[in-house]
Amino acid sequence: MMGGVTVPPFERFYAEHRDVVFGMLAKRLGRERAEDAFQETFFRALRAYPKLRDAGNLRAWVLTIAANVATDEHRRSKLWSGTEVPDLESLDERPAYAELRDMTSQLPPTERTAVVLRYGYDLDYQRIGAVLGSSPEAARQAASSGVRRLRRKELS
Amino acid sequence: MTVSEDLDTRFREAAAAAGLIDAAFDLADTPIGTLFVATTDRGLCQISFDPDRGLDLLSRTLGRRVLRVPRKLDTTRRELDEYFEGKRTEFDLPLDIGPIAEFHRVVLDQLALVPYGQVTTYGALAAKVGHPRAARAVGVVMNRNPIPIVLPCHRVIGANGSLTGYGGGLPRKQALLELEGALLSTN
Repeated sequence: MMGGVTVPPFERFYAEHRDVVFGMLAKRLGRERAEDAFQETFFRALRAYPKLRDAGNLRAWVLTIAANVATDEHRRSKLWSGTEVPDLESLDERPAYAELRDMTSQLPPTERTAVVLRYGYDLDYQRIGAVLGSSPEAARQAASSGVRRLRRKELS
Repeated sequence: MTVSEDLDTRFREAAAAAGLIDAAFDLADTPIGTLFVATTDRGLCQISFDPDRGLDLLSRTLGRRVLRVPRKLDTTRRELDEYFEGKRTEFDLPLDIGPIAEFHRVVLDQLALVPYGQVTTYGALAAKVGHPRAARAVGVVMNRNPIPIVLPCHRVIGANGSLTGYGGGLPRKQALLELEGALLSTN
């Protein structure tokens, strides 16, 4: 049969990706807030899991969910920060990755993913390679050629 | 960055409490090896002798959202411990054998009545459910028994007294019957 990687039992999926998800959330939100966001990420994954048809790239899938949870968390903290001293993160107008998402919308998919994960999510090339299904070196090249392409666009 | 054990446990238990999983499982260490044990909200639904294959089977039969939540299996593990220590002769656990064919259900119901420390034969069990010539079909039901040990298919042997077969392998069947004092002699 062509295509379609069988979706694994949730336990295996969770055990494989929980550390990467938590690492990304901790970088975005700080360790403490990352704990709630971690639970919310895998709750959302659980809700969507029965409808998943293909397990081709579960890491990218769960990191996308985590990124959305982190964005919601940023928004929420902004709403509540009016009467309190805001923390530095909530002062950012937009999280870096959201800007990158718009900026990179014209790039080829692989380069775009590499750029967003490297500069928006601060993942290392080892992990980006894992997401792309390529070597760390290939991930590095994809990110740098994406950046070159963006610079050319900026100049023109 | 590694997820702390505390956060991991909290997530697992919250997911189960929120009703977001199809089944919870855990592993139980016993004298006959590590058992894979699983439960739904309705009751114990699976015991497997091979944890990896047990997880795949559970995911196929009950849904992919299966998660290890040890607390959900506390009672099961405790009763299994007591059984293997020889302190328990009957299990007091709600069971969930799911939607299965009528014949399988009546045979498993009858199997549940075979007492601790005793054996019966495939043919005798078949006769008990009103199909005296269906010994082979009863064998198939035993082979697919989702909850061995608790539903005691190890107490069903061949008409000639041989152990015949067991999903977990004959040495395990023999060990269970020896534990229960059901084996008169092996020589």
